[in-house]
Amino acid sequence: MALLVLVLAPAVAGLAALLIKSVRIDLALFLAVCVAHLGVTLGLWFVPPPAPLGTLLALDLPGHLFLTITSVLFFLTALYAVPYVLHATHDPQAAPHLFVPCLSWFLAAMTLVTVSQHLAVMWAGVEATTLASAPLIYFYRRRRALEATWKYLLVCSVGIALALLGTFFLGIATAGLGEAAPALVLEDLKQAAPHMTRPWLKVAFIMALIGYGTKMGLAPLHTWLPDAHSQAPSPVSALLSGALLNCAFLGVLRFYQICLASGDAAFARTLLVLFGFLSLGLAAAFMVGQRDYKRLLAYSSVENMGILAIGVGLGGAATFGAMLHAVNHSLCKAALFLLAGNVLRAYGSTAASDVRGVLRRLPVSGVLLTAGFLAIGGAPPFGPFMSELVIFQSALQGATPGLGVLFVALLAVAFLGLAGVLLPMLQGARPAGVVPGREATLSVASPLVLCVAVLVLGVYVPAPLSEALRKTAALLGGGLG
Amino acid sequence: MTAHHADLLLLVLLMTDLYMVATSRIAACIRTSAVQGLVLALFPLALSSGAAAPQLFHAVLIGGGTLALKALLIPWLLARVLRKVAIRREVEPFVSLHVSLLLGAALVGIAFWLSMHLPTRAGTPALLVPVALATLLIGFLVVVSRKKAITQVVGYLTMENGVFVFGMSLAHEMPFVVELGILLDLLVGVLVFGLVIHHVSAEFDHIDTDALSELKD
Repeated sequence: MALLVLVLAPAVAGLAALLIKSVRIDLALFLAVCVAHLGVTLGLWFVPPPAPLGTLLALDLPGHLFLTITSVLFFLTALYAVPYVLHATHDPQAAPHLFVPCLSWFLAAMTLVTVSQHLAVMWAGVEATTLASAPLIYFYRRRRALEATWKYLLVCSVGIALALLGTFFLGIATAGLGEAAPALVLEDLKQAAPHMTRPWLKVAFIMALIGYGTKMGLAPLHTWLPDAHSQAPSPVSALLSGALLNCAFLGVLRFYQICLASGDAAFARTLLVLFGFLSLGLAAAFMVGQRDYKRLLAYSSVENMGILAIGVGLGGAATFGAMLHAVNHSLCKAALFLLAGNVLRAYGSTAASDVRGVLRRLPVSGVLLTAGFLAIGGAPPFGPFMSELVIFQSALQGATPGLGVLFVALLAVAFLGLAGVLLPMLQGARPAGVVPGREATLSVASPLVLCVAVLVLGVYVPAPLSEALRKTAALLGGGLG
Repeated sequence: MTAHHADLLLLVLLMTDLYMVATSRIAACIRTSAVQGLVLALFPLALSSGAAAPQLFHAVLIGGGTLALKALLIPWLLARVLRKVAIRREVEPFVSLHVSLLLGAALVGIAFWLSMHLPTRAGTPALLVPVALATLLIGFLVVVSRKKAITQVVGYLTMENGVFVFGMSLAHEMPFVVELGILLDLLVGVLVFGLVIHHVSAEFDHIDTDALSELKD
């Protein structure tokens, strides 16, 4: 029941918010839903797993991990969004009345993705995330935002159609089993996996990787991502990058689990490593000399999704590293997009060349942006450094140590790209046209919490989290040393 | 109905695919999509000929849902959008219609060739895998070769139809609520697509997607 409530509560709240005309009441309602969602999600860690709802909904460890990341980010983003949306009500080009309804449905859809065990239900959840978030990208009614929305809708819908095809192919792969053919439920499919028809299973994984990989932003299927993440309002960008990409990754992981259970996962690993390096390399290339700082952050997300794919593909300790990195990247990237929102509001431009002296103009955001930049760039003592180190070491000890060297080289290029764009923005004198002003508490509180969390994760991973990550990695065919 | 009828329906589906790539009239594309919806609605009935009552009931439910959405509601919504944006023809597609018909025929060939390499279970209609693949590929061709936003949506729906043919061969393994969810997603999807097209038309005075190219690195 708890799972059904987790999905339905935000969906119903979204409907209610659509009917309520006051943006203030909408925001209060959304904040309440996020608090309740976070409370239930965290509470579920301390009680035995809730009873599954038939074959449709059940909570397992990978799902719960991604659900928790999503829930934490939604709560912190909701806090940030209060002054953001109220400010936007003065913008004649903004559409603030759709913000809370769409964001609530977005939360409901992502929750559905993480708690569904039926692969077709999960697919419906992922498709619903696209539909709920598309109007959010067009929050500011501008031509460029409209273009980004169209590309997002079309590219992701077409991609996701292939993921549904992959889901059905799994069904065909089990068809030879006659009466014992399982429904498209994860546990049943894992049991049946050793007897599946191999060509169909392989094509199913490829289709899922292309389909969910499109949504996850794996290169070369990432074309929509820099546009959508840079045009969306900053709180939405934070959720698209921090929460949604993970959920799409979970889709790939589900199919990977089935390949593992079939005992024939080598081809899936190769594909994950291949797409991972392609994403890492391509994103790093586009980050160097990037002119738009929100696009820079978007490409950094492509880069980090590549790191996740590489980690899972390498297996062993790298899988643990990938899971830890998923947590680190989500927290860090959400903080960065929220801070980018503060910079955008103060300077009125997403062009990096228009922004100088952030440390002087916005002291708190500036310091946090510096910390976030070092963290996502992989500098110690922040969390991403640790998770990237684990993946690097595992790659060096693996069959092809050269991959480890390539991994670090590409990370270095990405770091230089980040530094080349962000450092000039942070330093220097404030441009003449930009007036100094106080930073609102709510607009820096959430990024502060996120940055502190990323710092703590770099020094010490709490035992319960480490245990959860270890068990999740074990389910994904990895282990820790 | 029998498996023979299923193959007949698949043949009709293949013909509608080819008609879709050959026509420049957008209204005709939408009507073709409606015909495909009708074919898909009849398909589960053809597949469950001689099945037990509960399976037949399941097939009727899915067929009814598909008929309502894919053959009636979605084409009606698209036609409404088309009236609002007041355009009739795909004037300058990225690929000329002759070439696109040739490409379509080539894709059908590829679909048949691919399906020879994929084993199917006994009792599956012979045309199921090749026609589903062909529909998928032709839908993709329409998405990438046409310029008008609304035709691209019809192409996406055609892709989905190809996926659905695969799905319907598994109908007995899927709870009805799941299929309802998938159909509902599709309906909301068309609504959102329609809204965005409406905004594009208002903002740009046309719905040529090649004008949507300001964002780049």
